[in-house]
Amino acid sequence: MKAISIENISKKYILSHKKKKYQNLKESVSGFLGEIFTSKDEEETKEVFWALQNVSFDIEQGDRIGIVGSNGAGKSTLLKILSRITEPTSGQVNVNGRMASLLEVGTGFHPDLTGRENIFLNGAILGMKQQEIKRQFDEIVSFAGIEKFLDTPVKRYSSGMYVRLGFAIAAHLEPEILIVDEVLAVGDSEFQKKCLGKMKDVSSSGRTILFVSHNSTAIQGLCNKAAFLQKGNLVKYGEVGEVLHDYMTSISKFQLQQNWETPDNAPGNDQVRIKNIEVIPEFVNGSKNIDVRTPLKINIEFWNMLESAHLNLSIFLYNMTGECVFNVGSQAKTFSKGLIKGMLEIPGNFLNDGSYYISVMIVKDTADPIYFMEDAISFDVADWREGTNWYGKWPGAVRPINIPVKTWKVDGLI
Amino acid sequence: MERNEVVIKAGKSALNYWREVWRQRELFWILGKRDVMVRYKQSVLGIAWALIRTLLTTLVMAFAFGKIAKLDQSTSIPYILVVIPGVIIWLFFSQCLLQISNSIVGNSNLVSKVYFPRIIIPFSSFLVGLLDAVIAIIFFFVVCLYYQFLPSWHIIFAPVFLLLAYLGAFGAGLFAATLNVKYRDIGQIIPFVVQFGYFISPVAYSIEEYKTKWWYPIYNLNPVAGTVDGMRWCLLGDYAEFNWQSFIPMIFFVIISVLFSIWFFRKNENSFVDHL
Repeated sequence: MKAISIENISKKYILSHKKKKYQNLKESVSGFLGEIFTSKDEEETKEVFWALQNVSFDIEQGDRIGIVGSNGAGKSTLLKILSRITEPTSGQVNVNGRMASLLEVGTGFHPDLTGRENIFLNGAILGMKQQEIKRQFDEIVSFAGIEKFLDTPVKRYSSGMYVRLGFAIAAHLEPEILIVDEVLAVGDSEFQKKCLGKMKDVSSSGRTILFVSHNSTAIQGLCNKAAFLQKGNLVKYGEVGEVLHDYMTSISKFQLQQNWETPDNAPGNDQVRIKNIEVIPEFVNGSKNIDVRTPLKINIEFWNMLESAHLNLSIFLYNMTGECVFNVGSQAKTFSKGLIKGMLEIPGNFLNDGSYYISVMIVKDTADPIYFMEDAISFDVADWREGTNWYGKWPGAVRPINIPVKTWKVDGLI
Repeated sequence: MERNEVVIKAGKSALNYWREVWRQRELFWILGKRDVMVRYKQSVLGIAWALIRTLLTTLVMAFAFGKIAKLDQSTSIPYILVVIPGVIIWLFFSQCLLQISNSIVGNSNLVSKVYFPRIIIPFSSFLVGLLDAVIAIIFFFVVCLYYQFLPSWHIIFAPVFLLLAYLGAFGAGLFAATLNVKYRDIGQIIPFVVQFGYFISPVAYSIEEYKTKWWYPIYNLNPVAGTVDGMRWCLLGDYAEFNWQSFIPMIFFVIISVLFSIWFFRKNENSFVDHL
């Protein structure tokens, strides 16, 4: 059965650009007098902006839909229309079932009211009956972990407590369709874990979820389908892995290869010049983008202009924060003039997810760096995991899955 | 769980709007209660402020209009008893008008983040004023005791006039609240109206002697005039006649303004969020 069917939804906003005419009182008085006698030549210009354009798709009951797209793609507008906060300019949506939307954590919290009072207020705003809230009150309080602060005004709460309380209330809603926007971007990792766990519970009970997040790991783990929006248009809708792949490729600003035809304009100096440097992923298990399982091959070619130089190649791998993950070098060898190739293999199941940069150094006589090419190429490693219910960021510079941790039962009782 | 089908479409808000309002009636109380609680939070005297406001307003008006303007010479009962019904209605009306006209903008965090029939917000904005009015009526009884004055049986109609005052404030306030979303100028006008409105309403004076003047029908277009006259009739009985001349225009104002504002509000409510 269809839970939501979206037909040709468009939303138009009119942006008016008004030139700021006058900066101060003197100018505004003289400008006004001038305007009386002359015709107006400055007028406000209007621009039509389509936040959504002809978006259509159907959501089956029990589907868990992830909505992805870069900023300004129309994700929030879509959620606002679905949750009836704003109406579409054209098109129609049919919703079948009791719907609750969570576009913000703690909507309607009043800073002066206590935690207890805000639970009832917020619950009512989200559409819960007072009876329902009373029944679940203790559970909400313990989920949020604010037992001690129940009678403190929420303005004195830490931001973490505030968010926890807000999510705890929302988590105890029992709608048939739940719409969630980015709420997981806040709170510490332990709480994020709790939230995702709760959402997983909700989804496994057969309810329909719409979930907007930038955390593609969470979407991958929670959702079975995804919709990819770009500039107000629906680019792709379907199985979550495929949609995420398209989305990741579209936002990837990474450069997997740099190549120069001739030494003339290639980077380097009169001793060495770089010809080619590239990352070649060796995809396994049918995946289409680089994830933590993918073995990577890095090829480097450079021209050596020196007669019989004793050279070695040193490769640096940096992560996004600029920390060096590792530095490895080749054996120094004596080369004559010409093209020299080097190759490095990074095994799969070794790097953690994240963005990486590679710098290359060519060293002469094992001590004298003759050329250092910084940030030569970069690539992005996506997350992939199985056998876990946790979707937070995996810690560590590397994730060497092949280093085993073993557990066993020791004989005896205690 | 009941079946629940919703169609979201341009220019068409939910068909069963009023059923939805009814279903969410709890929210109406909760929002009203919130306004009351928030108002007296972190104040030492708390709800006593409602009494202090009434007391001071009454004393100032009784002094200024009674003693200085010497209006007390024409009445046979203590002038303060003439003033109190006016103050009850005026404080209630102005309180409601202020709250209702600011209700949508003041709750923009709700309007932009969660859906429920928006009309619940202005609807629920009267509890603060009602509480004040109830306290003011109690104050009236205390004053009666002091002056050994027996209120008439008409007092059973007092809730009717409070309701009419509320509806008058609702009609005007809802229209203002809707406009205020787009034009914040309204937010400037309403406090001004509240500040000076009691001069053109029979709050601290009685207008009986001027009933034959040519401007009297115009004066009665102000709905506060009708409700104040009515409240006086309720509380003072034989000392204030029932004034049909102000009652009828007031009833018309209430019916027309409430119907018009609700229509206007419903027409605009779906685009509130785009202007907030």
